Amino acid sequence: MAEPILELCGISSHYGPIRALHDVSLTIRHGEIVALIGANGAGKSTLLMTLFGNPRASEGQVWFAGEAITHLPTHHIAPLGMALVPEGRRIFPGMTVLENMDLGRISAGPRVGRDPLEGLYELFPILKERSHQKAGTLSGGEQQMLAIARALMSQPRLLLLDEPSLGLAPLMIRKIFSLIQTIVQSGTTVFLVEQNASQALQIANRGYVLVNGRIRLEGSGQALLHDPEVRQAYLGRQV
Amino acid sequence: MEPSILAQQAVNGLILGATYGLIAIGYTMVYGIIGMINFAHGEIYMVSAYLTAIFLAVLHFFGITSIPVVLIVVLVATLCITALHGWFVERIAYRPLRDSNRLAPLITAIGLSLILQNYVRLSQGARSQGVPTLLTGSFVIPAGSGVIQITHVQALIIVVAIASMAVLTFIMHRTSLGRACRATEQDRVMASLLGINTDYIISVVFVIGAAMAAIAGVLVSLNYGSFDFHIGFITGIKAFTAAVLGGIGSLPGAMLGGLILGLSESFFSGFVNTDYKDVFAFALLVLVLIFRPSGLLGQPLVTKV
Ligand SMILES: Nc1ncnc2c1ncn2[C@@H]1O[C@H](COP(=O)(O)OP(=O)(O)OP(=O)(O)O)[C@@H](O)[C@H]1O
Ligand SMILES: [Mg+2]
Repeated sequence: MAEPILELCGISSHYGPIRALHDVSLTIRHGEIVALIGANGAGKSTLLMTLFGNPRASEGQVWFAGEAITHLPTHHIAPLGMALVPEGRRIFPGMTVLENMDLGRISAGPRVGRDPLEGLYELFPILKERSHQKAGTLSGGEQQMLAIARALMSQPRLLLLDEPSLGLAPLMIRKIFSLIQTIVQSGTTVFLVEQNASQALQIANRGYVLVNGRIRLEGSGQALLHDPEVRQAYLGRQV
Repeated sequence: MEPSILAQQAVNGLILGATYGLIAIGYTMVYGIIGMINFAHGEIYMVSAYLTAIFLAVLHFFGITSIPVVLIVVLVATLCITALHGWFVERIAYRPLRDSNRLAPLITAIGLSLILQNYVRLSQGARSQGVPTLLTGSFVIPAGSGVIQITHVQALIIVVAIASMAVLTFIMHRTSLGRACRATEQDRVMASLLGINTDYIISVVFVIGAAMAAIAGVLVSLNYGSFDFHIGFITGIKAFTAAVLGGIGSLPGAMLGGLILGLSESFFSGFVNTDYKDVFAFALLVLVLIFRPSGLLGQPLVTKV
């Protein structure tokens, strides 16, 4: 089995007095697609943001590639090789597409190798076409692609995606999911947070189910897809 | 009306406006990045006027009289030391209170401006200070039946102000530091997720604002020749007005607001009444804000995400 790239051990997170994560432990190994599913308010986004120390974990440890990162300042995380496509995309609307992409490069450091820009433009031809347009004028799907491309500019070892399919048309969703598979084939590990459980679990090697801030279930993608509880709660099907 | 008088007032207004614009940049950039007004900014400008006098005296003491050398040394030295004051203001009055109630940093900043005023008063004396005349002479341009006179200092103000604004615009739009500043301004959390040290960027913005105010401080001191430790207050308010007029948070807005304010002050005092020129400036502000609440070039917050 491949080495773990990310490990959470007993993580808890709070927003003031509200406890959003309780004793969460999970492991992601090199080369995997791991899905995290859960209802609204389960704590999925909080989990991803906790990796970056915003909010900071109040208990437990986060390990990334063998290094404890629980107490690192937020801006030290990305340079380690972790990139987040956050909830709501959070592109910089007042800046051009190209400027958004360049900002993704900041944490890449002076890494040797090919400039990822051309490769990403091949993957997302629409971004090349729009490269001098203000990012705020892109459509929702284009903004999502930009957010993903920006994250990939740092050539991360682990890509974290927070509900990339949210608000997109079925065709665009299929495109994004097939893109995620392409990204994994190129050697990047993916941690995918989704409410679109069926599609996420279909492409995932493994998955976790988060309920009220606790890990409720874990298993292979296929096993979770056929789990009666998952089918009822997240796939909208009667058992 | 004499066209030459009109043109002369326009020139005077442009010069005044350029200095307002330079100071307004500090207000607008700090507001853009932390959403708060830097109430100590006027005093930063005042400090730079004193530094100008000090560095001129030092150079004079060492017998350095070449005018270009004196100008460059005084400008660079004043800029650096003033920028340090700007850095200090952020570290002391703003950063420790970053996550507290919005009123708290307002109070510490006002406190800090009182400290700056009194530290200058104690160390430099309460009486007004003068700087020796460095540049004499003027360009005389015939216009209609009269002439327009632009002193060499005034010409210097226009050239240096335009150059500084061009350099700043270049930094903000063409360098990775400038991109990081704009990203931090638009979404601080996202910027830090991308690996930008946003605390450092906020410091940089205070430093840039102070540096621009220092350029204004050097130029105005050379032009008027005298000042006291109170000048930070009224000039600060004028520059703040310029920033709001142009649209606080907008860099071109600060420059435009400065020019409009300078021109209207100059025309109003030239053709109507000198005593009420400030009233006119503020009335103009009120009018603009009624019709464009976010200022001339300010954008209402973009929320399409
Ligand atoms: N900034 C915040 N301040 C206070 N409470 C918050 C904050 N952000 C999230 N919460 C709370 O923490 C809990 C988990 O929220 P989170 O956003 O992580 O859920 P989620 O699983 O991502 O939901 P969704 O699918 O709707 O995005 C929720 O109860 C939410 O109200
Ligand atoms: Mg969420």
